[in-house]
Amino acid sequence: MSALANPNAARDHARAMAGTVAEAMPILPPRADDLPAGVRPDDLVWEETIAAGGYATRSLARGTRLRLIDLQGDACASLLLYNAAMPTERLNIADTVKVQWNAYPGEGSLLLSDMGRVLASFEHDDAGTHDAFCGASNEASNRRRYGEGRNSGSYPNARDRLLLGSAKHGLGRRDVHPCINLFKGVRIAADGATEPQFGPFAPGRTVVLRAEMDVIVVIANCPHVLDGRPWSVTPLRATAWRGAIAGEDDMIRNATPEGQRAFLNTEDLYRR
Amino acid sequence: MTHDPHIPPHANNVLHDEVVSARAPWMHRIKAGETLRIVDLEGNQAVDFLLYAAADDAERYSAQDTIAAQSNIFLRTGSVLLSNEGNPMMTIVDTSVEYHDTIGGACSCESNSLRYGHHTKAQHACVDNFLEANLRQGRGKRDIVSNINFFMNVPVEPDGALGIVDGISAPGLTVDLRAEMDVIVVVSNCPQINNPCNGFNPTSVRMIVTA
Repeated sequence: MSALANPNAARDHARAMAGTVAEAMPILPPRADDLPAGVRPDDLVWEETIAAGGYATRSLARGTRLRLIDLQGDACASLLLYNAAMPTERLNIADTVKVQWNAYPGEGSLLLSDMGRVLASFEHDDAGTHDAFCGASNEASNRRRYGEGRNSGSYPNARDRLLLGSAKHGLGRRDVHPCINLFKGVRIAADGATEPQFGPFAPGRTVVLRAEMDVIVVIANCPHVLDGRPWSVTPLRATAWRGAIAGEDDMIRNATPEGQRAFLNTEDLYRR
Repeated sequence: MTHDPHIPPHANNVLHDEVVSARAPWMHRIKAGETLRIVDLEGNQAVDFLLYAAADDAERYSAQDTIAAQSNIFLRTGSVLLSNEGNPMMTIVDTSVEYHDTIGGACSCESNSLRYGHHTKAQHACVDNFLEANLRQGRGKRDIVSNINFFMNVPVEPDGALGIVDGISAPGLTVDLRAEMDVIVVVSNCPQINNPCNGFNPTSVRMIVTA
């Protein structure tokens, strides 16, 4: 029998857990000893390690940098983006590849909304293997692959993770839109076949996104939907810090005429 | 009596037969087991296409689930159109076009402003057709996801270059879709005039539902 028969004993038991350190957890207040040169520690807004099979979500102000590190080389960051002020505006992956005339987002690429605006850009990318086509696993696909796929089990699926993260902003099943998978790549062959680039890779591969609007980001870290190995995924680290918005002479802003017009549309939203 | 060449020869019963005019939306409920034939009457007319489960329209066509399950971006005979929850919604049981697109998405006033310039913002676009149709049944902007573009050609080059190019369809070519569950089909007969998806000339298409 447990010795926690009264509320005070239960309270003492709960409080005794304070200070426990786990592999996957947020650090509050945020603290990181590897910020890039020029970033002040008091500009840090988020430091969290997302569990293998876990998820996280955060509202980020325009200009904020979000650094994702594939700590052990086998993370898969399925990413949703919403306009925080009006979440019916969200990542449109078809427009993202079509407007940029390119199937493979990477350093310098934009993540576009369905309203012709830039939600975020890739300020840095030393991974180069991402996937705009295959989306999130779901309960049915995980059940087929692992025998089970629910949030409550050992093999949670990315869609249900994205759904939980979105729900924490009041969003629901109609809002979980096509995602982009970071760190796990898919290339397209001439006959249309998907060619996986799943690693595992060297530890420490890094992507830095710049929020170009006030956004809600939702990240699931589950095995890629086409990953045929036994369940394999490792923790993902998220760090974010305040930063300047893109200036008129910004290289990413001005790289293409289509992108420049997307930034014009974005700047127009904030002209008030 | 001459046989109508667009009617499937083995169809027992034509339940619905309609010509959708150029640039217009179309919405129709199709029961499990029924087949929808889309006829590209004049050739190379993109038909932007979404599906919702009739019983629960938060379940809808998912381009990404469909691509992942068949490990291929092109939709061909045999492709199963999956929902966002992994359930079969329709199957392409036959098509006389080599493949169809599901990565190019729908044109919108907003994306037109990026692709062609702000002078095109006032032109009619597929997302406005999708909205007009969906709003009649209580769906809205949240319900518009990556769609299918029947009769549209979007290749991906080895270096990642991707774009809407000249079509591979022709007058009278068809696609036949068998419903695997009761579905609501929402179509935009694409009004785009700034790229080759409609041969720079939007035309009508025919919808034939058979049992």
